[in-house]
Amino acid sequence: MNRLDIQNLQIRHVGPIDLVVEPGECVVLTGPSGAGKTLLLRSVADLVPHTGKICLGDISCDETAPPEWRKRVALLPSESRWWYDTVGEHFCRCDKSHLACLGFEEGVMTWDIRRLSSGEKQRLAILRLLIHQPDVLLLDEPTSNLDADNIKRVETLFMDEKATRNTSLLWVSHDEAQAERVADRRFRLEQNRLIPL
Amino acid sequence: MNVIPLSAYDLSLAALLIGALALVSVRMKLNLAAQLVVAALRTTIQLLLVGLILKFVFERAHPAVLILISVVMLAIAGREVMRRQKRRFTGWWGYGVGSVSMFISSFIITILALLLIINTDPWYQPRYAIPLLGMMLGNTMNGIALGLDRLIETTWDLRDVVEARLMVGESWQQAIADIRRDSIRSALIPIINSMSVAGLVSLPGMMTGQILGGSPPQEAVKYQILIMFLIASGIGFGTFAAVSLGARRLFDNRHRLRLDRLRK
Repeated sequence: MNRLDIQNLQIRHVGPIDLVVEPGECVVLTGPSGAGKTLLLRSVADLVPHTGKICLGDISCDETAPPEWRKRVALLPSESRWWYDTVGEHFCRCDKSHLACLGFEEGVMTWDIRRLSSGEKQRLAILRLLIHQPDVLLLDEPTSNLDADNIKRVETLFMDEKATRNTSLLWVSHDEAQAERVADRRFRLEQNRLIPL
Repeated sequence: MNVIPLSAYDLSLAALLIGALALVSVRMKLNLAAQLVVAALRTTIQLLLVGLILKFVFERAHPAVLILISVVMLAIAGREVMRRQKRRFTGWWGYGVGSVSMFISSFIITILALLLIINTDPWYQPRYAIPLLGMMLGNTMNGIALGLDRLIETTWDLRDVVEARLMVGESWQQAIADIRRDSIRSALIPIINSMSVAGLVSLPGMMTGQILGGSPPQEAVKYQILIMFLIASGIGFGTFAAVSLGARRLFDNRHRLRLDRLRK
């Protein structure tokens, strides 16, 4: 796995931001709403124009084909979107242990998207996020619409990914207790700057 | 083979119908009366002027005159395509996407038809070239406006989905593929429908005109078939070009959805 290295990143009013996330490290980001946390994650996934340098190991974002970059630096938006009729069509492959980990059986792949609850959608989006075995996970409030049981499941899954595959996590959370549980380092995004906590 | 000439009196009788319609729409509070009257006046003035211009041009068959008129027609059609967009591209793209596509499809197909199919001599004989180009432009204009509007509006509404597809590592081509396909389909369906019912439900305008003008119906029919084919391919290739250009412009080189390139 490779370290995520963000140098002098500037997106509209946000920045400049310098941040390194080591392999197998979880960095939690908090901050008032509207501070630009989502914008920051989106720019690391190269979805919005930005200046500065983002590298994964010694490969720079600008030199990588965008689809390839987004498979390695995967973003989980706060609200998931689905475009085919059934769950399975969105998955080119799926790890059965992951399914079980989030409390699904294999039959879930035949389910109709329109019949999913928002919590189910969120958990399935997390499984979809892991398809390409990304190096870095950018998580935008991944547990905001889950119940306590599922929050625990999701946290376990991410901590497991981090431990076994050395995945780097950049995690935006509003939940103080959760931040305490998962973070190796914490930052606060305020007045367009990252402040270490 | 002569048409019965229409007098100003004949036309004013028909205008009474429009007047009656305007009165009814005022009564029903449709808020259409002013628009209707303005449109009717525009039709009258524009067509009278075109009649004069065509008379002038037909008497002087010269390529330069033809090119000048074609460019004016294209410029107006391009503006119309842009005007019909609820949201359009900023800068020159707003005008360019539609105009370039119309230019490619209408002009090439018209010239092809003149040179290879109808074989007019000389090819720029305005009596054939101008009406043919007019029909091509008018129809591709509708198709392209429809297709582009659909592309932009659907992408606008589904921007979260398009971005979600980018996030899972799809290329911009994959992320917009469904919307692109639907937009091209929506532009082509009207002409497919009108080819399907041509002659059964309505007699197409050009053929009606030729028959009124005294042409034998079999000849008029052959011209109508030719026109239908030209129009359908013009709309098809034109929309294909416009929607493809538009889809490309919605993304940048880093495969990012760039809705900031649109304005109301």
